[in-house]
Amino acid sequence: MYKIFKKIELAPEVKLIEVYAPLIAQKAKPGQFVILRVSEKGERIPLTIADTNLFKGSITIVFQEVGKTTKLLGKLKEGENIIDLVGPLGNPSEIENFGTIIGVGGGVGIAALYPILKALKEKGNYVISILGARSKNYLIFRNEIERISDELYLATDDGSLGYKGFVSDVLKNILDLGKKISRIWAVGPTIMMKVISELTKPYGIKTIVSLNPIMVDGTGMCGGCRVTIGNKTMFTCVDGPEFDGHLVNFDELLLRLKTYKEEEQLALKLLEEGEEFKIASK
Amino acid sequence: MLVNKKKTPIPEQDPKERIKNFDEVALGYDSELALKEAERCLQCKDAPCIKGCPVNINIPEFIRLIKEKKFDLAIKKIKEADNLPATTGRVCPQETQCEALCTLKKIGEPVAIGRLERFVADLELQKGFDIPKIKRKNDKRIAVVGSGPAGLTCAGDLARMGFEVHIFEAFHEPGGVLIYGIPEFRLPKKIVKAEVEYIKSLGVKIFTNVVIGRTYTVDELLKEYDAVFIGTGAGTPQFLNIPGENLIGIYSANEFLTRVNLMKAYKFPEYDTPIKIGKIVGVIGGGNVAMDAARTVLRLGAEEVHILYRRTEEEMPARYEEIIHAKEEGIIFDLLVSPIRFIGDEKGKVKAIELQRMTLGEPDSSGRRRPIPIPESNYIFPLDMVIVAIGTVPNPLIARTTKDLAFTKHGTIVIDEKTGKTTKDRVFAGGDIVTGSATVISAMGAGKISARSIELLLNHNL
Repeated sequence: MYKIFKKIELAPEVKLIEVYAPLIAQKAKPGQFVILRVSEKGERIPLTIADTNLFKGSITIVFQEVGKTTKLLGKLKEGENIIDLVGPLGNPSEIENFGTIIGVGGGVGIAALYPILKALKEKGNYVISILGARSKNYLIFRNEIERISDELYLATDDGSLGYKGFVSDVLKNILDLGKKISRIWAVGPTIMMKVISELTKPYGIKTIVSLNPIMVDGTGMCGGCRVTIGNKTMFTCVDGPEFDGHLVNFDELLLRLKTYKEEEQLALKLLEEGEEFKIASK
Repeated sequence: MLVNKKKTPIPEQDPKERIKNFDEVALGYDSELALKEAERCLQCKDAPCIKGCPVNINIPEFIRLIKEKKFDLAIKKIKEADNLPATTGRVCPQETQCEALCTLKKIGEPVAIGRLERFVADLELQKGFDIPKIKRKNDKRIAVVGSGPAGLTCAGDLARMGFEVHIFEAFHEPGGVLIYGIPEFRLPKKIVKAEVEYIKSLGVKIFTNVVIGRTYTVDELLKEYDAVFIGTGAGTPQFLNIPGENLIGIYSANEFLTRVNLMKAYKFPEYDTPIKIGKIVGVIGGGNVAMDAARTVLRLGAEEVHILYRRTEEEMPARYEEIIHAKEEGIIFDLLVSPIRFIGDEKGKVKAIELQRMTLGEPDSSGRRRPIPIPESNYIFPLDMVIVAIGTVPNPLIARTTKDLAFTKHGTIVIDEKTGKTTKDRVFAGGDIVTGSATVISAMGAGKISARSIELLLNHNL
């Protein structure tokens, strides 16, 4: 059992939890993830580690309530437990002093980008951050990222904060200034990572993306998370989750992410109906 | 004395009924049938059967005890050598091991050793097992990596020898392939859970959700423990590497079986893990896992299940019994065909497979006749789900994170077969991580060998 120390609502349906998991906290490096289960009949889902606290022995997870499992996770209160939590999984990010790097974060992916940029900053990189969200109140981790960034740009779809439009537009403007950029990290919705990778390719700047396919075990046993990188099939859990964005077959990944769309909707519907029933019977 | 030439048949669920449920196919002997079968044993002095058993169960002796209706002594006898008898009684390929060497084979069918083993093991599970009294004889601690058949056996033996044993398991539930791989209708999970409880009752502690190679490395374990046994199995699925293999609806057998067995996807939406079942399903491969996958998907509502295999039934690595069971249930065998590519629809879902017909040539290195493609024999076979069951290889995590541990080019750990010793000091290994995918019982045999060597090393410095 893994106790939730702290829980904060960062944005509508976006929550942060700190969970007691001292072994994982000791080992976790930027870019790695955990797999968790919230109930005896629950699914195993992967979530990125947003931060660790060695003193408290805890890890921080940020998630958006999109399906049944994340909804149930969001209902857990401080002091309650997650029944299974395993990690850290996946390979850590490659952290070096590259020179100037750009981090592009979208939606809840900003939390996953944070530990990577923090480590890159500590290594001496000049860090340019571009964060995007639907609108102002969905933009999370702004202060955390600001502290470790040399330059920070914000974008919202509705223009309620920063540039009105997409992070890709902001990135293009920066790249067109012609400054030498050594590497780009893009972490966010798959479609965003695809657009960013397509944008940066003609500039010849290596672009790292962190993929989030459907997984079961997270240790290389099922192959459900397989992705096409160049001409090769790779397992995101043991070969990734970070890959060279210019080699990723995003269209295949986008299709595969929809595999269980109907089942996900059904599970969600049953969950909501069950709750209505509970309320009605009170 | 006249001996019945045939084995006493084991009652089975009717094929028409059983394809609608996940209950066990073979129902097991009752005491009457067991006594009848035990009578067939000739009690050979030289006991050839024991030589066929990877864990050296004293077979004639336990059968003699059954004959004398001393069922609880019979199971004690088995458990001297085998920590998981209800499991091995079900899934061991007895026909190529103990039963293959039975003297009765000269005149007919061998004694049904496996069925007798299962009978006394099940009887004990019903009654609740006796826990042997164990004294901690020393303060040495051993870490066992993986809770499959090799790890459970090694841990059980070491605990009986008086060591403190900790097992580390990556999944949230112990049992390894017994839990995620072998289906309920062949090995009920309550049996596995009971056998795991038995190992725990010997004093073994099991830590789930710990991935060695990530949460801890083997080198870190060596700082805390006097010896380490690696029994992580061969868990990485192989794919065909042909076009279209990442289309939706194409599963590795590992993923398919893990979703169904471990995650209980067959009970979706009561359980949260989903699975998509096709109408026409192709299962690629001819081993036990292919049969398990085919029979499982049939039970989940597939209309037509085809085994697609590139040789003939004779070369299939699956147990004969499994092939028969599959056929009885209506699995269709499409033999001498090899997959060329998968074809998908606009939504990225698989809708057909291109197959090429094969013929058999000269035997290859495995001794089986080599399949040779017949030119211009390709054809398109429409289907909407594929399960790839062409074997597994060792998981690379430990190899990538452990210094001084030698691996073969196939990714298996190099050991001294007599002792289970690896090239790294105080590290032992056994099971599929050493042999590549093999049987439950051979993994258990390897676990025993390492347990003995660890005892010799730690207590006698040998």
